[in-house]
Amino acid sequence: MKTLLEIEGVSKSFGSVIANENISLTVKEGEILALLGENGAGKSTLVKAVFGLVKPDTGTIKINGTVMESGDTAAAIASGVGMVHQHFQLVPVMSVTENLILGDEPKRFGVVNIKQAKKEALALSEKYGLEVDPDAIIEDLPVGMAQRVEILKALRRDVKLLILDEPTAVLTPQETDELLEVLRNLAKRGVGILFITHKLREVMAVADRIAVLRGGKLMGTTTPKESSESKLAQMMVGREVVLRVEKSQAKPKEVLLSIKNLRVSDDRKLESVKDLSLEVHAGEILGIAGVEGNGQRELVEAICSMRSRLSGEVIVKGQEIPNLNPRAAHLAGVSHIPEDREKHGLVTSYSIADNLVLNRFDQAPFAKGWIRNLEEVANNGESLVEKFDIRAPDAYLSAGSLSGGNKQKVVVARELSQQLDVVVAAQPTRGVDVGSIEFIHNQLIAARDAGAAVLLVSAELDEILSLADRIAVISNGKIVAIFNSKEADRNTIGRLMAGLAS
Amino acid sequence: MDAKQGKKLDFSPILVPLLSILVALAFGGILIFIQGIDPLLAYRVLFTTAFGSFDGIAITLAKATPLILSGLAVAICLRAGLFNIGAQGQLISGALASAWAGYTFVGLPALVHIPLALIFGAFFGALVALVAAVLKAYRGVHEVITTIMLNSIVIALSDYLTSNPFKEPDQPLTRTPKIQDSAQMPDLLGLPLGFFLAIGLSITLWWIMRNTTTGFSIETIGRNKNAGWYAGISVKKTIMLSMLIGGAVAGVAGAVETLSIIGRFEPAFNAGLGFDGITVALLGRANPLGVIPAAILIGGMRASGSTVQFEAGVAPELVDLLLAMILFFVTAPLLARFFKNRKENVAMTSGWSN
Ligand SMILES: Nc1ncnc2c1ncn2[C@@H]1O[C@H](COP(=O)(O)OP(=O)(O)OP(=O)(O)O)[C@@H](O)[C@H]1O
Ligand SMILES: [Mg+2]
Repeated sequence: MKTLLEIEGVSKSFGSVIANENISLTVKEGEILALLGENGAGKSTLVKAVFGLVKPDTGTIKINGTVMESGDTAAAIASGVGMVHQHFQLVPVMSVTENLILGDEPKRFGVVNIKQAKKEALALSEKYGLEVDPDAIIEDLPVGMAQRVEILKALRRDVKLLILDEPTAVLTPQETDELLEVLRNLAKRGVGILFITHKLREVMAVADRIAVLRGGKLMGTTTPKESSESKLAQMMVGREVVLRVEKSQAKPKEVLLSIKNLRVSDDRKLESVKDLSLEVHAGEILGIAGVEGNGQRELVEAICSMRSRLSGEVIVKGQEIPNLNPRAAHLAGVSHIPEDREKHGLVTSYSIADNLVLNRFDQAPFAKGWIRNLEEVANNGESLVEKFDIRAPDAYLSAGSLSGGNKQKVVVARELSQQLDVVVAAQPTRGVDVGSIEFIHNQLIAARDAGAAVLLVSAELDEILSLADRIAVISNGKIVAIFNSKEADRNTIGRLMAGLAS
Repeated sequence: MDAKQGKKLDFSPILVPLLSILVALAFGGILIFIQGIDPLLAYRVLFTTAFGSFDGIAITLAKATPLILSGLAVAICLRAGLFNIGAQGQLISGALASAWAGYTFVGLPALVHIPLALIFGAFFGALVALVAAVLKAYRGVHEVITTIMLNSIVIALSDYLTSNPFKEPDQPLTRTPKIQDSAQMPDLLGLPLGFFLAIGLSITLWWIMRNTTTGFSIETIGRNKNAGWYAGISVKKTIMLSMLIGGAVAGVAGAVETLSIIGRFEPAFNAGLGFDGITVALLGRANPLGVIPAAILIGGMRASGSTVQFEAGVAPELVDLLLAMILFFVTAPLLARFFKNRKENVAMTSGWSN
């Protein structure tokens, strides 16, 4: 097989941070190379260099034997490189079709031919078996669907080398399996694939070769046959990682969070949480298992008072949370790790330190009356960066220049470092490396053991199964069953999630 | 603003404004050359008139005073992600209100009369902004649309008022009576008192943005409304507050102009000050301190425009043309992107679409 991509001695620093150090790698036609590494290891930087988005300090990148001018995205695209970015690059107010054609619109008489575009969009979606609604507006779509649009956008031009930066972070297990199938088919057609993920299962399932980065350096390459999940984890993190959650028996106490007959509608004004009631006790983790888009997002936002409730009550420690008042929910003791860290969780142009007080900036000790106490903000920033192992040179770096997983850690650090009564964690480990998943899981368990009521929403059934003390299955906006995690059975839950009676 | 800025001096924020000015001057130079005039001569006249002597500087700073204020009015709103095109209308409203307070109240000591007239200006500036603020916060009507329409309404209304109830009696001209001496703002150290007021307001607003919870709320909503909502900041309140501050500051701009320069309200005497404020705010990167040098530069160009025409023979439209080009280049995201190494959005452009 021909060598498609050659990365030779690429190095890249951002100030004092060495993101890539003398990395050499190749991808052949039809090969799937998985790129593994901790948060901040330099994976995104490396693939951005291939795509021409990052200018390496030294080293060359060859595609099909031709040396690519560094920092020239157009040339990379012209030589058949397509990229799905770690964070969405879609225009939220435009339709799926418009997003797909953006930058290369089919024209008639100099005007965009939207009919033709729609046809192309449908053909594309059919060709790769990735179903999308061409007329849907991006901001109304669940993340999994938006991700599909991203992938289709990358595939639209005739790609020879497809780069995917954590495409599965936002996908449900089913969607992931479908995507892996798509990747295999593409590889069969000769497309070379550079695939970044934190999920070792996916790597083992789909990769031909695996490259592991750590601290900007290439630690080595291996194959799924020669290695195992735990070996890979160790190679990434440099220590042994406990992939299984270790926790003691829960000791549930009084009810801290109670949801009564809650009804909520989604962005399209359709009722997506239907008369739902649920109780979470102090000292337990209640996991919500469900296929994405079954009302989880609306449920979480309604609990946190960010989304209007049609009817029903949310009661925290006996106190009713008013409708549409996130501040009141917060003050009542609700911590919220939001599903979409870029949209809700962070102000990316703010420093890490400011983000770490985003919902507490006007409370003591971060403010004295009207005046912010910037020194306390800085101290808090420094100590949380240290405690939560956020990989950044200091707490004053803008949150936007952190690696994806480290952004997530900023949000988690903020939410779990405050007075904890109720923790609502939506996809808390999305995009986080195995070492940090272990850490965040331990933090959630510590919150539970300290007497918090934890509501965990995750698209990862494995995460729910290993972390939750009780599991509630949500389907079509209703809780269809609640299990004690000991009695929970993967297959039963899977069937209930799919809306089938058990 | 950020908890702590990097230790090193960061020049990148002034790079784009500086380059825009240089590029605009270069293009302007070509046009002057086409007129058959030596561009270097024209620019030398421009700059020596504006900045070459103490008197010149005094005139420049007097011209800059309302521009600092109107720039501030636009800048504060930009920080909240709002594009306040309505500084002009707010400014006229403030100018007229302060003129009314200036000629109506008789027998007040200056120490009372001047602040009172300024407060009238601020209040009526804010009142105009309030309309746009309420529509934006509670009805989601885009502030660009409402403020543009309010500009027309205020201009028409002020024309009506100055030619009817507020008209100077027994005079053919459409203008209000002259303000009382007690309302006349004096000079200080050879500079208009208003200049110091403008500097003081800039520093105050800069400090508020940097050090107070209110400033942080405004900044957060401007940068990421969703995250602000998540963090429990009231989007509505923040929109209202920043628009009202903007309106009040624009009103003060009009009042200062009335009370220290014009001495009455006369339609068209304030023309363009609010719109120049947009250029000032963008050139000053929406930074309350950045508007000061931006306003001084533009004030200088305004101050010396006629001299340049007189001495170098350049068409008087030159200054407007230069300002338009500066505005164009400073906003052209292309240029910003080019120097900011693509994509990292310039903070102020992101807010326009919401
Ligand atoms: N524009 C930037 N400015 C400053 N530092 C940066 C910038 N981009 C990346 N970095 C730093 O470079 C390092 C590598 O980042 P990169 O995004 O490549 O990590 P990653 O391996 O993709 O991590 P993740 O799994 O969390 O996405 C990190 O320490 C990050 O903070
Ligand atoms: Mg990354």
